[in-house]
Amino acid sequence: MLSEIAFYGALETGLIYGLVAFGIYISFRVLDFPDLTVDGSFPLGAAVAAVLIMGGWNPWLATGMAIIAGMAAGAVTALLNVKLKILNLLASILTMIALYSVNLRIMGRPNVALLGEETVLTPWYELGLKFHQVPVLLFMVVAVVVLVLLWRFMKSETGLAMRATGANPRMARAQGIATGSMIVLGVALSNGLVGLAGALFAQSQGAADVTMGVGVIVIGLASLIGGEAVLTPSTVVRALIACIIGAIVYRLAIAFALNADALGLKAQDLNLITAVLVTLAIVLPGVRTKIAHRLTRKQA
Amino acid sequence: MISATDLQLTFGKGTPLENPALRGMSLTVNQGEFVTVIGSNGAGKSTFLNALAGEVLVDSGKIVVDNQDVTRLPTHKRANRVARVFQDPLAGTCENLSIEENLALAIKRGQSRGLTSAVKKQYMKQFRDSLSSLNLGLENRLGDKMGLLSGGQRQAVSLLMASLTPSSILLLDEHTAALDPKTARFVLELTEHIIATQQLTALMVTHSMKQALEVGSRTVMLHQGQVVFDISGKERDGLEVKDLLGLFEKQRGLQVDDDSLLLG
Ligand SMILES: Nc1ncnc2c1ncn2[C@@H]1O[C@H](COP(=O)(O)OP(=O)(O)OP(=O)(O)O)[C@@H](O)[C@H]1O
Ligand SMILES: [Mg+2]
Repeated sequence: MLSEIAFYGALETGLIYGLVAFGIYISFRVLDFPDLTVDGSFPLGAAVAAVLIMGGWNPWLATGMAIIAGMAAGAVTALLNVKLKILNLLASILTMIALYSVNLRIMGRPNVALLGEETVLTPWYELGLKFHQVPVLLFMVVAVVVLVLLWRFMKSETGLAMRATGANPRMARAQGIATGSMIVLGVALSNGLVGLAGALFAQSQGAADVTMGVGVIVIGLASLIGGEAVLTPSTVVRALIACIIGAIVYRLAIAFALNADALGLKAQDLNLITAVLVTLAIVLPGVRTKIAHRLTRKQA
Repeated sequence: MISATDLQLTFGKGTPLENPALRGMSLTVNQGEFVTVIGSNGAGKSTFLNALAGEVLVDSGKIVVDNQDVTRLPTHKRANRVARVFQDPLAGTCENLSIEENLALAIKRGQSRGLTSAVKKQYMKQFRDSLSSLNLGLENRLGDKMGLLSGGQRQAVSLLMASLTPSSILLLDEHTAALDPKTARFVLELTEHIIATQQLTALMVTHSMKQALEVGSRTVMLHQGQVVFDISGKERDGLEVKDLLGLFEKQRGLQVDDDSLLLG
């Protein structure tokens, strides 16, 4: 069985990856823009927040700056695509690679430890909760606030224009929507959320590390696709809830898999497991409908 | 009023596939006119409409809409004046958005969009009234996804969307071509009704010469990226398809057969 600490740990990281999944929902689903910038904007958010906190900034302000940094990274990717006509996937890879250098520059070294610093979590420890429950509670509040804001945004005039841009760009243009600006805004928003996730992750783990972004895109995708499998995303709010559920389910599944001694898995197998899970999640719905198809045909 | 003067447009310039699509295309459409456009495949009809909408920018020439030179403006900056319905019923709407969300997108065509809720209560009466004029029962299905509608229903909604807000010109590019004959007739009648009641200025491409003469108040024929003839008023009344063919041959000194014009 999973220990209580491991369980809360899975919830904590699950909620953070839920924010990443929100970002990936905006780029991959709303805008149909496959964006790998997140592998760079996640550690970027962590680096900015960690360095500013070390420099004595208020942790919430530092987190806000991490969001802005993430947005700037996303805007660069989108502008490479919109203005310079570089293929979206390639544009995002370019930004991601560039961010590795940028992140090292920001931190001045490969990692920054936050031990003993005041973080966004510090005041919450005084509430008298168990130590490992505090981050879960705070991140839950953050995730719900972000979810509600995103939901409202997607229902707004601008949000609807963004959804039309991804779904049918020719129609969007004909309705007077500046699709290029919508792509810049959306990809910036997406990476802003990933920057936020990185900042919170650094504060809960007590360190920022230049390599902490490796595979974030795949984990985020796993959460997104897993969530969609659990909860059919027929409306915006369902799709957003699915992101959070998917991320938590994913982290719990990983925790169980690592915990089950019989499987003999180690932490270093995580990326392999994730890749296999994502592949299964992408393939399985198709297999399921095929089987359903066969069954109904036999009945007929 | 909308006027195009000496438009030139060559696709693939400087490549072996160089293809001059517009070659000195000029046309002026006055306020309230309903012009039908015919021409053989590849004559440049769609390209002309795309040039008016801003989807393609011309190499030279001038496009003026309501005294504003829009020649170099991209599509979205012309959308306040130019409304359009595409040939493909899937192209004019978003299938993953609901009917009311599609209408809400269209009611803001060419205007700035903010952070207030897109589907507003005050729009509902207008949405319901215009949908119920279609007699398709769609006024009770505002929350349904657009993708659930048939091609004809989607095309009818596209037409409504194009006419929700005023425009200087409505562009229709074979917008009934992808529909079955009965639905096509319904959408065409709806088109005539909307254009007449709202006194819209419109340009409609059709492959049916018969339709081109029956509908609207003026007919132009394009050939090789130019207007080869332009008839309206008395001259047009009582004209038949064979007269049109005769006119075309006389103008061009060319032999055209029915097939190359695909008449209906
Ligand atoms: N995007 C494009 N790139 C290259 N060539 C194009 C493009 N669009 C159109 N053309 C070419 O321009 C010419 C005019 O095409 P257009 O689509 O305007 O004809 P049309 O009159 O609408 O024909 P149809 O009746 O078949 O719809 C054709 O030779 C076509 O192949
Ligand atoms: Mg055409």
